[in-house]
Amino acid sequence: MNNLQVFTRGLIKENPIFVLLLGMCPTLAVSSSAFNGLGMGLAATFVLICSNVVIALLKNLIPDKVRIPAFIVVIAAFVTIVDLSMQAFTPALSESLGVFIPLIVVNCIILARAEAFASKNGVLGSLLDGLGMGLGFAIALTILGGIREILGDGKFFGIPLFGENPTTVLLFILPPGAFIALGLVIAFVNKFVKKTA
Amino acid sequence: MAKKLESTFVNMFVVLLVIGLVAALALGFTYSKTRPEIEAAAQKKQEKNITAVLDGITYDNKPLAEKYTVEGFERLELYPAKQGGALVGTAVKTVSPAGYSGDVWLMAGFKPDGVINAVSVVEHKETPGLGTKMDTKWKDQYTGKNPGVNNLKVRKDGGEIDAITAATISSRAFTDAVQKAYEAVKKGGEK
Repeated sequence: MNNLQVFTRGLIKENPIFVLLLGMCPTLAVSSSAFNGLGMGLAATFVLICSNVVIALLKNLIPDKVRIPAFIVVIAAFVTIVDLSMQAFTPALSESLGVFIPLIVVNCIILARAEAFASKNGVLGSLLDGLGMGLGFAIALTILGGIREILGDGKFFGIPLFGENPTTVLLFILPPGAFIALGLVIAFVNKFVKKTA
Repeated sequence: MAKKLESTFVNMFVVLLVIGLVAALALGFTYSKTRPEIEAAAQKKQEKNITAVLDGITYDNKPLAEKYTVEGFERLELYPAKQGGALVGTAVKTVSPAGYSGDVWLMAGFKPDGVINAVSVVEHKETPGLGTKMDTKWKDQYTGKNPGVNNLKVRKDGGEIDAITAATISSRAFTDAVQKAYEAVKKGGEK
């Protein structure tokens, strides 16, 4: 597999949300608006790239039996650094995403990529894998958040699409709407994307 | 590819210890670098909220520096605004635990007679698209009301507040926080 494929497969073919079905918990919780989805996706991408690179560098120094705790410490350290930096330098962004950032620690996409890819591959490949998977995650969250925001709130990225006080399907903003929207998008992806891949 | 370290007790112990130490150092460094910025940002936000709810009132002191609390309302913070030493208003950082998902923090500004000057939303975790509507012109209906005279409850509970559609719980929490702020100001003023 060449480096380009490593990067692009995370976007569609092995999209962590729509195809691998990883990280469902933050996906369902955060995708209530397109902005939240994008912010969470980008923050997770950053952590994913950093942790993938560090773990690829350290892979021969970490004994197999303690690899999971070692990975978790590395990931948690990066998440906390991102969280503190955002609070300090972009307070507005931190305010709207604040509760979700610490949740990245338990995002299993990051641990899964560390375990399945970075601990077996070189630094460059791991970096591209992190970037591809992270962007795939961000795109998926933005699509899902966009669908839920449009149907449930009549807005997209906070911009009203149908004028003041449109009739909306409130359900899509609420947790059940996350399951319904996710199910529909996955069905769509299965029907149209997998055949060509 | 170089050979992986064996999973012996010593190897595992040393590797985890070193990783833990490096992570701790990195975090400690980040924390010490970002703490002043975080505090400054929080301070600025507090100041902005106080200024917002005391809009239209002229005062010459720094309310933030004269913060006090009232017994029985331990989580509330009161910031008096004074002009020439006389009280012209009070900003109250207030909270209601009765939100749809946890605490709803507000800043409420009162005139000395108890009339609400303005309310601004500080922090909450309410449902996006429903409870979050509290931070729109919806909250303007509080301005001019006096919790001592007007019945500060949502209409469903027999009061005078129009609740947000599909977010009655958030509206109740908002109202509850404002009511508490008023009681704290009254109690604090009697001392």
